[in-house]
Amino acid sequence: MSETMIRPYGDTLNDGMVQLSFTLPVENGPKARKAAEIYVSKLNFKDIAVVHAERIADNFTFFVVYARAVPTLDYSEVKPAEVEIEAMSFSEINRLIKSKLNRPLTVVGATIGSDAHTVGIDAIMNMKGYNQDYGLERYPHINACNMGAQVSCEALIEKALELNADAILVSQTITQRDVYIRNLTELVELLKTENLRDRFILIAGGPRVTNDLAKKLGYDAGFGPGTVPSSVASFLIVRILEKM
Amino acid sequence: MAKLPLNQEQIDRVKDLARTVADDVQRFFSRHSSISVERTVLRLYGVDGVDGEGIPLPNRLVDLWREDNDISSGISRSFARAVLTSGKDPQTTAELICRGKITFNGPNKFSDDAIKEKEGELVKRAVAALDATRKRKLEKIEKHPLPKQPWRYLIVATGNVYEDRIQARSAVMAGADIIAQIRSTAQSLLDYVPYGPTTEGFGGTFATQANFRIMRDALDEASEDQGRYIRLVNYSSGLCMAEIAACAALEDLDILLNDSMYGILFRDINMKRTFIDQYFSRLICSRAKIIINTGEDNYLTTADAIDQAYTVTASQLINEAMARNALLTDDLLGLGHAFEINPQIENAFLYELAHAQLARQLFPEVPLKYMPPTRYKSTDIFYSHAQDTLFNLASVLTGQGIHLAGILTEAIHNPFMQDRYLSLRSIDYVFNIARGLGDEIEFKRNGFIAGRARQVLDETESFLKSIHETGLMEAISRGQFAGISRPVGGGKGLDGVFEKGPAYSNPIMERLEEDGVLHE
Repeated sequence: MSETMIRPYGDTLNDGMVQLSFTLPVENGPKARKAAEIYVSKLNFKDIAVVHAERIADNFTFFVVYARAVPTLDYSEVKPAEVEIEAMSFSEINRLIKSKLNRPLTVVGATIGSDAHTVGIDAIMNMKGYNQDYGLERYPHINACNMGAQVSCEALIEKALELNADAILVSQTITQRDVYIRNLTELVELLKTENLRDRFILIAGGPRVTNDLAKKLGYDAGFGPGTVPSSVASFLIVRILEKM
Repeated sequence: MAKLPLNQEQIDRVKDLARTVADDVQRFFSRHSSISVERTVLRLYGVDGVDGEGIPLPNRLVDLWREDNDISSGISRSFARAVLTSGKDPQTTAELICRGKITFNGPNKFSDDAIKEKEGELVKRAVAALDATRKRKLEKIEKHPLPKQPWRYLIVATGNVYEDRIQARSAVMAGADIIAQIRSTAQSLLDYVPYGPTTEGFGGTFATQANFRIMRDALDEASEDQGRYIRLVNYSSGLCMAEIAACAALEDLDILLNDSMYGILFRDINMKRTFIDQYFSRLICSRAKIIINTGEDNYLTTADAIDQAYTVTASQLINEAMARNALLTDDLLGLGHAFEINPQIENAFLYELAHAQLARQLFPEVPLKYMPPTRYKSTDIFYSHAQDTLFNLASVLTGQGIHLAGILTEAIHNPFMQDRYLSLRSIDYVFNIARGLGDEIEFKRNGFIAGRARQVLDETESFLKSIHETGLMEAISRGQFAGISRPVGGGKGLDGVFEKGPAYSNPIMERLEEDGVLHE
């Protein structure tokens, strides 16, 4: 196998070992355990070991399974779904804004639609930040306005215009029935209708948001779970300088 | 149980301060009412259902009545007169009013005494309904005794009440003592209670009286199967605090999320509206024997769990004082707090123990509501499961009351059936192997944990002193809780607040206040 061809790793290169856990809607017993094994074999796994089976409700059984994955992947052909950014530090970002942009960078952020969760937008914007990484409000050269949750798209755009913002950050936490995709789409559509799409750098964030998804919806970038504020700030300043 | 060395005089001082702060706000809201309080009166008088456009009748009636009546007298007496006019029951009367067959302002053929007598009848019926639910619950608990605390609290949140029912049954089978049906996001901002069974919701299921009934019936069955009483939780927060409390009481719910400040801070609901509504909702909970769960844990999702720990303690004290004013007894006071300290901090677990033990000792008899980690929950589900395991240990060690199950996929999605199962496995494991640990250990008198608890209590005292000086409403508007500032005149729902006039009548409230705490 060539060096760029890969498989999951257990304890030997290319052994393909994978751990799976799932529930089947059947009563536990020898037949259920066999069903789990057959099901995993249908997923094209080999050497399947159903190591644990437990009844967790009437007619539901939970399984833990180890198995070998068969396919190999050419790693050299993979393109990342996340934004590729050269992560800069708090002081590097500030220095870049001060020296190259020569004015404060303005960012407006909100959770739109009926979603009441501010956890995402707060992690990026609040002074305190996330995971020991300062939030945008803390940057002396970033003018950050966090509008909170349940903000309408209209109000968000209005605020962005009022502050002459460089960028709009949108967070969506609720994912049930794809409501976040509908909300994110609504904002882009509205910006396009008002002929404002190119005026702002538009960024989406949330537990199910990927860069690929965000770009497909018409955003400049998307950030998923675990994103720290400095990653967003790095992306912003680089993109703004490119646009100049 | 191991005890921290705390200064009893200081505890008395902070309780006094909280009482003064609560009484100060009470003076304001005893002079005011709100449209949702008036709608609650109608619901307790027996008005339910929706009109042809799907608008709840209590809303229709209050709107019609507001159009050409002096709002400051309250709807009770006008409605009693309408019932006399129709000669029918309250529900039929309400329907006749909505169809325009009767008006609130028709010619009055009745004496004041006759109207008052009818009002008295309606109140009797309303209070009897609250007494009946209390008795039904006591009977059920007697038949199927409650398990040892901490009680295991699991959530269901599919958006579809019938799916929630299935999920709830499986959670009970796996060991849950309490089932919370998470409410659809943004319902707190609806100025009405939706109607009927619902199958579509976002991030949760709509709180409706019919959904309450469906869930309670399912849990009654599960209680029979399992031989232990399973409690049902919903949310009495937002713009309809008291109305939801009434619907929940009528359907025998056991626990309601009900915080005196949560809606103000986290949902931007006007503070006057919230204080007025929470009072009536809590009077109803007291009479119907519904445990309230307060929302201090939420502060720590925005403010730092170490730096701002004193705001949690201060809020617990204020919630307790306000709850006492609304006649809630210790057994109904699920004061909230949470295990939310950044796990990268050295000795974070010792801080958590100090905070949990402090709450335990400040409120020794209440069923404290302890929330699992959420803010620093990892998407590495194995690490996340380890975090929950330590949370379980803190809970059983400090004797918490209502234990919200931490879920390993907290940072990823609403729990799957297997996620709940794994969570309960960890809880049962830890609760079982460490059941007596709290009785075996002692806290070092001048150790880290005792020192930390004293520090939080000191900070709480000085914070309560400053609130006492400025007043609670001013403190909130200055952003002193959760780092969120809410102006007195801002937020949603202020237009539904009005000052009571000399003729104001809310005889349900009067009767509940008059009867006071029931000693049964």
